[in-house]
Amino acid sequence: MRRLLFKNLVHGPLTEAAPDKDDAAVAELAAQVDREARRRLGRTLSIREVDAGSCNGCELEIHALQNVLYDLERFGMRFVASPRHADVLLVTGPVTANMRQALERTYQATPHPKWVVAVGDCARDGGVFSGSYACVGGVSAVVPVDLHIGTCPPSPQALLKGLLALLERAEQGSSTAMEEEARVAPAPS
Amino acid sequence: MATLRTLIAAAQLIAQHAPWPRALVGQAGWLEAAALLQQQQCTLLGLWGEPNLVHMALLDAASQEAGILSLACPDRRYPSVGHLHAPAIRLERALRDLSGLEAEKLPDRRPWLDHGRWQIRHPLGDAENAAPEPSPYPFLAVEGESLHQIPVGPVHAGIIEPGHFRFTASGETIVRLEERLGYVHKGIETLMAGQPIEPAARLAGRVSGDSTVAYALAFARAVEAALGVNAPARAVWLRALMAELERLANHFGDIGAICNDAAFAILHAQFGWLREQVLRVAESCFGHRLMMDRIVPGGVSHDLTGNGAETIAGLLAQVRQGFPELVELYDNTASLQDRTVGTGILSAELARQFGAGGYVGRASGRAFDARRMPGYAPYDQLQFEVPLLAEGDVDARVWIRIREVEQSLALIEQMLRQLPSGATMRPVPACAEEREGVALVEGFRGDILVWLKLDAAGKIARCHLRDPSWFQWPLLEAVIEGNIVADFPLCNKSFNCSYSGHDL
Repeated sequence: MRRLLFKNLVHGPLTEAAPDKDDAAVAELAAQVDREARRRLGRTLSIREVDAGSCNGCELEIHALQNVLYDLERFGMRFVASPRHADVLLVTGPVTANMRQALERTYQATPHPKWVVAVGDCARDGGVFSGSYACVGGVSAVVPVDLHIGTCPPSPQALLKGLLALLERAEQGSSTAMEEEARVAPAPS
Repeated sequence: MATLRTLIAAAQLIAQHAPWPRALVGQAGWLEAAALLQQQQCTLLGLWGEPNLVHMALLDAASQEAGILSLACPDRRYPSVGHLHAPAIRLERALRDLSGLEAEKLPDRRPWLDHGRWQIRHPLGDAENAAPEPSPYPFLAVEGESLHQIPVGPVHAGIIEPGHFRFTASGETIVRLEERLGYVHKGIETLMAGQPIEPAARLAGRVSGDSTVAYALAFARAVEAALGVNAPARAVWLRALMAELERLANHFGDIGAICNDAAFAILHAQFGWLREQVLRVAESCFGHRLMMDRIVPGGVSHDLTGNGAETIAGLLAQVRQGFPELVELYDNTASLQDRTVGTGILSAELARQFGAGGYVGRASGRAFDARRMPGYAPYDQLQFEVPLLAEGDVDARVWIRIREVEQSLALIEQMLRQLPSGATMRPVPACAEEREGVALVEGFRGDILVWLKLDAAGKIARCHLRDPSWFQWPLLEAVIEGNIVADFPLCNKSFNCSYSGHDL
């Protein structure tokens, strides 16, 4: 292990190695996310991932966000174990009928201000699963969604881009949840 | 004495079913088959139904021949197989939920996939509209002093799929784990019915995202078997190439994640990097990181062009350089070995009874690999070994993966050398009559079964997809008994069953 640790020290972090165009694009994107994240939330953005019926393809790519090449945590964004610690719910899947209540409860357990990001084509409108008796058909049918990140499944780069877009929205100081609540809340008497 | 072959010979053979025989048996033949399973002369490969028909796929242990037996059940009842052979119980519970077929004497009569939240009952049978009626799920009673329960899920703490685990513990020691699954049931088999082949293939590739290549391959092979066609040689080889890349990526991810669950972060980071290299090569060679929708009935949608072969050869060199020292680190770290050796032992007896596929079975002495038996091209022209261990613990499941990585590297090398040239697609012919096909394909997790019936218009009349997890999930319950709660993540990750593949 010492040899491996020593090698890692000498070689420096893999994260900054940008041998080809692909890695350069990640680095460029990374810098943007970093600026926005700091401006809005200091150095933290806590994300709770909720699988609401995905095929697990999206989960694989969300996992990849945490590998040494994308290293999401360097921007202060991290995945948390409880919705009570979360700013963002990252929801995947067409929302199965059997997961609907669990998603609603997770959303209710998340404190304000909160944002919901629907990840993957099926989280938008059910995708290839739309029309099924077992699927609600899209995250926005159950909880207010601030952003959709499409494709099947989105690459880690697309996910990073999406989080950047979300930070821009957060910068404007609103979330769909707030708008929704403002709309349904009774006028002050 | 009855064997699968004599049962099929004595029954009414169904025409237009390939490549294995399918035969219509009577109640007596059905019960004889259940007895063969009980005596472990056969392994259960799957059990599913149509509105008035129940099917069971079996593998003869001695001859390694596979076949399907069907029983007509006009009154929607059939003799339970689970009553004699426990691995069938969940399949029969699911069959009742989806098709409304009742297994007589089924020992567990609770619903399985139907949580009472659909607007419909028996979607694959005589579908009836019904208002959702969610009711509390009666977990098995646990009695004893000083026991406590730990409910976990369906939303878990990590980035994993949803499912519910009900632990009963005595202090730190788990005395029982009961799983409740079905949360990600998407109704895929119902969605497929009536679809043309192409959209159904896209659905098959999304049964379990981590095995998208294996599922697409199994579906394509079943369609091709039904229609009596073969994909062009180059496509056959490219499919296997993708399948081995998928196996590599998943095994890297799993080994790293198991180490991470023992809080050994350095190997998690290193294996995560290796996995990412595989995905980037897949993207550059086939245009998709997970290689979704690349295998289609009739061939492959993307050829390996340009310097694709060199890119893959470069990946092999990279892995061959980095992998051995990571294995050495795994092997020589006492604190890590302390967590994995002797943890979560699966007995050879249970692995055999349940027909556990993949690394779960092979770490407990079950040497089954669908690439070998029943076998499919191009593996018959390639040299590879099926690693086997007897220990059955978390460590053995890690070592099987390590050995399989080595085998996959060697396989990919051979494929690059022998890759034939030519066409990559041969459009599937139109179908003018009812045809049936079946395929068994070795995914990274184990054998995937796809059975389908095409109607006279060439559309899917019925398609059944059976994930290897069906026969692995129940074993996780057995494996965890007597282990401490803190070792559950290790046991669970070493199995890495698919929730989506199981819930369908």
